[in-house]
Amino acid sequence: MAVVKMRLYRGDSNGGAEKEYEVPLEEGMVVLDAIHFIQANYDGDLAVRWNCKAAKCGSCSAEINGMPKLTCKTRLDTLPLDKPVTVYPIKTFPIIKDLVTDVSWNYKVRKTIPPFTPAKDTKWVMYQEDVERGQEFRKCIECFLCQDVCHILRNHDKKNEFIGPRMLIKIAELEMHPLDTLDRKEFLRDQAGIGYCNITKCCTEVCPEHIHITDNAIIPLKERVADTYFDPLQWLLEKFKGSPKQ
Amino acid sequence: MANGTAQNAVTLRRDTWWAAPLITAVVLGSFGIYSTWRALSNADFLVEPYLSPFYSPYILASWWPFSPALLILWAPLGFRATCYYYRKAYYRSFFLAPPACAVRPLAKEGSYAGESKLPFILQNIHRYFFYAAGVVLFFLWVDAFKALKFEDGLGVGVGTLVLFANAALLSLYSLSCHSFRHLIGGNLDVFSKCPTRFMLWGKASALNEHHMLWAWVSLFGVALADLYVFLLARGVITDVRLI
Repeated sequence: MAVVKMRLYRGDSNGGAEKEYEVPLEEGMVVLDAIHFIQANYDGDLAVRWNCKAAKCGSCSAEINGMPKLTCKTRLDTLPLDKPVTVYPIKTFPIIKDLVTDVSWNYKVRKTIPPFTPAKDTKWVMYQEDVERGQEFRKCIECFLCQDVCHILRNHDKKNEFIGPRMLIKIAELEMHPLDTLDRKEFLRDQAGIGYCNITKCCTEVCPEHIHITDNAIIPLKERVADTYFDPLQWLLEKFKGSPKQ
Repeated sequence: MANGTAQNAVTLRRDTWWAAPLITAVVLGSFGIYSTWRALSNADFLVEPYLSPFYSPYILASWWPFSPALLILWAPLGFRATCYYYRKAYYRSFFLAPPACAVRPLAKEGSYAGESKLPFILQNIHRYFFYAAGVVLFFLWVDAFKALKFEDGLGVGVGTLVLFANAALLSLYSLSCHSFRHLIGGNLDVFSKCPTRFMLWGKASALNEHHMLWAWVSLFGVALADLYVFLLARGVITDVRLI
């Protein structure tokens, strides 16, 4: 039976190092299977977060050969096996132990987003063409791979200035909702820091749900901000016609 | 190592992540050098009935001592420079911000301001360059139709097809623009009340999915259209009359 060499990061916030393991390769095996084999046969104290094993819970995010991916969705036969496969915890968030990081910042920052705000006398009738744009954003499984790969959070550590791609698609979902009445453009510009995004599209590249984060969420939001703050013609038009948003 | 994270290397990637930004830098850089040379040369741009797209519309102004191309090219240049696709391309290739996903950017940790401050905050006026480039595009179509008019009457030469192809590719690039997609309908929250704008937004969205493709082919198209007129003017090639 073929054997695959795995190099896993072992350590905590005080430091750590790679440790190499040999795992028998089976057909259809994913990286998470190999990690479970290591946990069962070599190091029972190896920490790894996982849940559904079906790419739907977003728990098993890690960096495989340097790229942010879900370990449950990454088949070993798609990786070059002539060298050991490296598995690291996601870089953007503080490490707790081994492959497990503390992603709680995401939940805290999400609470700052102004919530869905329908009108008081809303008639709860919506048409498919009005809601289907937001349905793409609702596919998000909150794996935070987009937050991990975003260089603004990952390398520049701008967590106080920039809310990150996952939160921007949440705002897009709310902003484009046909029954929402709240204007989040000021929030987008100031608290969310949308101006920090330089649309290098890494968030879209790593999204396991294939959400067009940049093209369908971030850029349309940037354009909405431009309407109000950078386009005198649109600003005048909004003043003249009036905005449906509060 | 920020926040007790586990890695401090430039990247742990082992694939050829550097190839795409390198190729982009070479191709975009080559186009920049070629177009600057052609725009400044002020020669070999008109061979009746063909006018190079770098000089369209041809403006003969006595008060302007430089190449007439400079009166025009700011519009398409500004449109491409602020284009959402090209921003990704040159931020990665020239600014290494970052050069590829999960690769450390060139800028020092924490020094980054993105498009929130000058000069890159000016990317927000992309739509105004879209309007200006639209005017230039109109004249490119006019020139393509003028390329049907030969000394002995109406006809079609290879140059005619080249100029029509150039105008068509630039139209596809312009109509797939993210700002256009927003202005034509993307800024609406309730599509069902504006079915025409919803339909137009749908068409713009379909084109927008291939915006990168249109950006590249239209870039090559405009360079090749200019090169065709240049080679004709220099007598290196002869135009073939098809009809």
